[in-house]
Amino acid sequence: MSEPMTALQGDSFAGYVTVSEDEPRGMIQLRGDLDSSSLRDALQAAIGCGVPDPLAIATGDRGAVAWMSPDELLLLTSPDAAAGTLSQLSEALGDAHHLALDVSDMRAAIRLEGAGVREVLAKVTPIDMATMTPGTFRRTRLSQIPAAVWLSDERTAHVLCFRSVGRYAFDVLAISSRKGGEVGAFQGFRAPH
Amino acid sequence: MSHRLPTGGRRLTRSRRLNFTFDGKAREGVQGDTLASALMAGGQVLMGRSFKYHRPRGPVSAGHEEPNALVGIGQGSRFEPNQRATAAVLHEGMTAVSQNRFPTLENDIGAVNAKLSRFLPAGFYYKTFLWPASFWKSVYEPFIRQSAGLGRPPEGEDADRYEHFHFHCDVAVVGGGVAGIEAALNAAREGKRVLLMEQDRVWGGRTITDAGIDGIELGGQSPEAWVEDRIAELAAMENVTLRLNLQGSGVYDHGYLTAYEWVTDDRPGADAPRHRLWRIRTGLIVTATGAIERPLPFAGNDIPGVMLASAVRDYVCDYAVSPGKRVVVVTNNDDAYRTALALHGAGVEVPAVVDARPEVKGPLAARVRDAGIEILTASGIKALGGKKVSEVKVCDIDGDGTPTRTLRCAAVAMSGGWSPVPHLWSHCGGKLLWDEERAFFYPDPDRPPLGADGKGMVAAVGAAAGDLTLSESGVLGQVTLNEHAMRPVWIMPTGAGPELRSKMFLDYQNDVKVSDVQLAAREGFVSVEHAKRYTTLGMATDQGKLSNINGLAVLAGEVGSPIPQVGTTTFRPPYVPISMGAIAGEARGKIFQPLRRTPIHDWHEANGADWEPVGHWRRPYTYLKEGEDREAAVNREVKNARESLGLLDASTLGKIIVKGPDAGRFMDLLYTNMMSTLKVGRCRYGLMCSENGFLMDDGVVARLSDDTFLCHTTTGGADRIHAHMEEWLQTEWWDMKVYTSNVTEQWAQIAVVGPNARKTLEKLGGMDVSKEAMAFMDWADGQIAGIPARVFRISFSGELSFEVAVPANRGRELWEKLLSAGEEFGVTPYGTEGLHVLRAEKGFIMIGDESDGTVIPQDLNMQWAISKKKEDFIGKRGQERIHMTDPKRWTLVGLQTLDGGKLPDGAYAVAEGTNANGQRNTQGRVTSTYHSPTLGHGIAMGLVLNGPDRMGEVLEFPGTDGRVYKARIVDPVFYDKEGTKQDV
Repeated sequence: MSEPMTALQGDSFAGYVTVSEDEPRGMIQLRGDLDSSSLRDALQAAIGCGVPDPLAIATGDRGAVAWMSPDELLLLTSPDAAAGTLSQLSEALGDAHHLALDVSDMRAAIRLEGAGVREVLAKVTPIDMATMTPGTFRRTRLSQIPAAVWLSDERTAHVLCFRSVGRYAFDVLAISSRKGGEVGAFQGFRAPH
Repeated sequence: MSHRLPTGGRRLTRSRRLNFTFDGKAREGVQGDTLASALMAGGQVLMGRSFKYHRPRGPVSAGHEEPNALVGIGQGSRFEPNQRATAAVLHEGMTAVSQNRFPTLENDIGAVNAKLSRFLPAGFYYKTFLWPASFWKSVYEPFIRQSAGLGRPPEGEDADRYEHFHFHCDVAVVGGGVAGIEAALNAAREGKRVLLMEQDRVWGGRTITDAGIDGIELGGQSPEAWVEDRIAELAAMENVTLRLNLQGSGVYDHGYLTAYEWVTDDRPGADAPRHRLWRIRTGLIVTATGAIERPLPFAGNDIPGVMLASAVRDYVCDYAVSPGKRVVVVTNNDDAYRTALALHGAGVEVPAVVDARPEVKGPLAARVRDAGIEILTASGIKALGGKKVSEVKVCDIDGDGTPTRTLRCAAVAMSGGWSPVPHLWSHCGGKLLWDEERAFFYPDPDRPPLGADGKGMVAAVGAAAGDLTLSESGVLGQVTLNEHAMRPVWIMPTGAGPELRSKMFLDYQNDVKVSDVQLAAREGFVSVEHAKRYTTLGMATDQGKLSNINGLAVLAGEVGSPIPQVGTTTFRPPYVPISMGAIAGEARGKIFQPLRRTPIHDWHEANGADWEPVGHWRRPYTYLKEGEDREAAVNREVKNARESLGLLDASTLGKIIVKGPDAGRFMDLLYTNMMSTLKVGRCRYGLMCSENGFLMDDGVVARLSDDTFLCHTTTGGADRIHAHMEEWLQTEWWDMKVYTSNVTEQWAQIAVVGPNARKTLEKLGGMDVSKEAMAFMDWADGQIAGIPARVFRISFSGELSFEVAVPANRGRELWEKLLSAGEEFGVTPYGTEGLHVLRAEKGFIMIGDESDGTVIPQDLNMQWAISKKKEDFIGKRGQERIHMTDPKRWTLVGLQTLDGGKLPDGAYAVAEGTNANGQRNTQGRVTSTYHSPTLGHGIAMGLVLNGPDRMGEVLEFPGTDGRVYKARIVDPVFYDKEGTKQDV
């Protein structure tokens, strides 16, 4: 059996920030009543964390949960855990009105690494990248496409976009991180209190 | 002759010599020069020719407001025309060329226009080329185009890259002079997040030069030291971003500010973006943009060597350049006396200061007198010379210009007063007030442009607010020299006759003179916006930065209105022209636009795909083999699908999950037919209409479980239909328990089509796809070749057909496996055109061909897909309106040409008689037309008046090629009407 072929086939580009296809993940879309205890319990059992605040990503021992909208979450798991997590969730939620789908193949995932990740993203998204904190999850515009962006630490950013435009997103981020394009506008910057 | 001074020039590093060329001749400047200062240092003041009369022109300013010294800079794919030599930073190897001259700058045959200038008044082109109308296109326009224009556009593709940068702050300060620095410091000390930007390469603005001449200290420091310390303080603050070479460009609603950064213009070829467009979101925009000096309208004020007084002292103090050995100063205010002092201090002779005011007092004038420079009061001048100033004639300011004295000189430093730079303030509607005494418009602090909170989002400070002497400044307010009142002068001398007035230039770049504005007013163009367009005043690349106030003051004088009543023209972004590349940012070449790729895209590309754009997707139209044209390829693909085995990448088809206790009810409202009765495991074709009843999308629905449906949409409809569903759920039927999800991209979907389709899937194994296990319109989950798959037995071709959906990352794998398994059957991938031909042979409609937003399902004989049992569905009431039930609506039929050829697409069937416009009446039109390789003749569908009742009738379709095509009305199902081929 041949290997699954991801949108970017492991591509990477070394600029002043390194742009590469992110590690494979299981992804589950979950729509439902985020305030309900059944959903909270199911999430705790499946991922090991609670429902994230709006515009946040929460981390548990079996993955992470990103807030997508007032009634939608995106669960990130290890690639082989998606199917199990999905059936666990579906079982736990039972008849409660919800929608849980395995969407592991629906998106392309890109990782940015380096001191300039905030700056590179500020070239292509309208987010206030200078003040964005790790743990914040933003659905936004990346050049001409919709995308989600978060920082896992000061030097690592993650981008999710639809699979069909993964190559476009990669190319846009690669040219934006080319050496010589350093802006230096965020150097030494600390958000005022 | 202009020359470099032996000492001085605070911007220069004299030890670093820079070689450059101007019009091919080798030149030399030094580090810190602009192109203009380096040329002047080498004795060259003539730098360009004007637009209309090709008059010789030299720089008037020392900055971005320059109208005259426009040059082309760079070579080949990095050439950029219309650059301001006065702002272009000199670099080693710069190549610059003058513009709008032939054959050379010194000897330009176009200058004959100037001799004809009395025949080329304002509106000349409008008046002259009106008649005869037919001459415009063939005679006048080509002739005018030949001689019009300034710089030539660059040739070839731009070699550089560009980018955007998004920045957020509380306060964005535009202008890094003393006022801007103070504003930034005040905001930063309050803890605000501050961006301070300066268009120049250095901080400090005018103050360093001007306070230096006045001998003033700021807070006990020299002006340079004060600026340096404040900038260091700002740089050390974590909440402040400082940026040179960044120009505030445009102000837009909601605190949105664009700024333009010059990144590599002084090091062409560097591997870096050439320009960067900053897109700034800020709570407050502070415009500390300073003021611009106004020229004086005297005869000959455009001769090279005539410059703004402030520019002359910038050249002297910043660049150690004097425009001549003898420089006359002409003014109506005190400020120009600083220029006399700067020149005198640099050892340049100032024969006289000519002042329009009858009486001159004050400390600056006293210092000039003390220096032994003569002051001629109540006087004006006219300048004489060809390619440079040779002398000025002094006259009585209120006389007719009769000369009283001649002063020999090589240059003139003029000052007509100052105007605050109100552009950014005004872009979003900030209002201006007129200051009668100082004769300028300034921002009205009570009427700023308003932000989302109803409060002012722009604040002007310093000279930009009208405080020319920075009397409100914390450091300068205490110490500035007292300046005396100026005397507004709009025509010098005020009693000048027509001959002099036709040599007084207002807009240098477009050659608009005092006489032109006066003529426009006499001809009725009394509105400033009309006069502007009629005369082209302020319409050149400099957008009238120097000419606006003088021009409207002349207009006001001519129409007898006060200046504020005439008003200004509209200030629009950008402040100076910015590159198209900066606007586009990274969006060029392969990332000009997002291109959507299916999981099998790369295979298509490697195997001869002839691409067709479908939305942002690229889909293979057909796959070309060696030596094949499109038609042959399509024929091959269609025949193979009919006779053996075809494969189609159908991944782009929309796939939307609808789930919830109310899903059945929701589906019944969305589709025209009944969906809630669909059994789990079965598929049903359905139609969706808009509220008005028009057909908007179609596709196969599969019921996945009691509460879950999968809706297939058209490729282009996926996002739109998902949004349509969400809109109804969120705004109208918010009480329904339904969730939707657009999972289009989770799946790769491949149609396996043809008599050998089943055999091929059986070879791959994993699922029972026999007729018994999987009947037509069944679906099932399982595995194909070890890949998790959902198989739909549906057909858009009329053949035995399975659509196999697998997770997107396995799509390429399944495609390759199908190719190998199908090899023995001569498997043939087919593209969108094959898909179209196959469906058309079967009479299946295509959204976008048979439908166009005006077609209802009834027009397409699809009453069978419209439920009569349902109480409601979207479009039901629309379809009951009388226009929709009119029996005269054109209706779908098949069309077959009598000669077997192909009907032209979109052609109309003509009827007897003509309409009110004298055009032939029509009775139908072609919606789809193809050559059918299966049948060997042309097939078409069309909408025809009473079509289904007129089987066998022959219609005439005149083509745009002059031919009349004849076609017979036939059944739209051309192939396998009984449907036996797909049901095996």
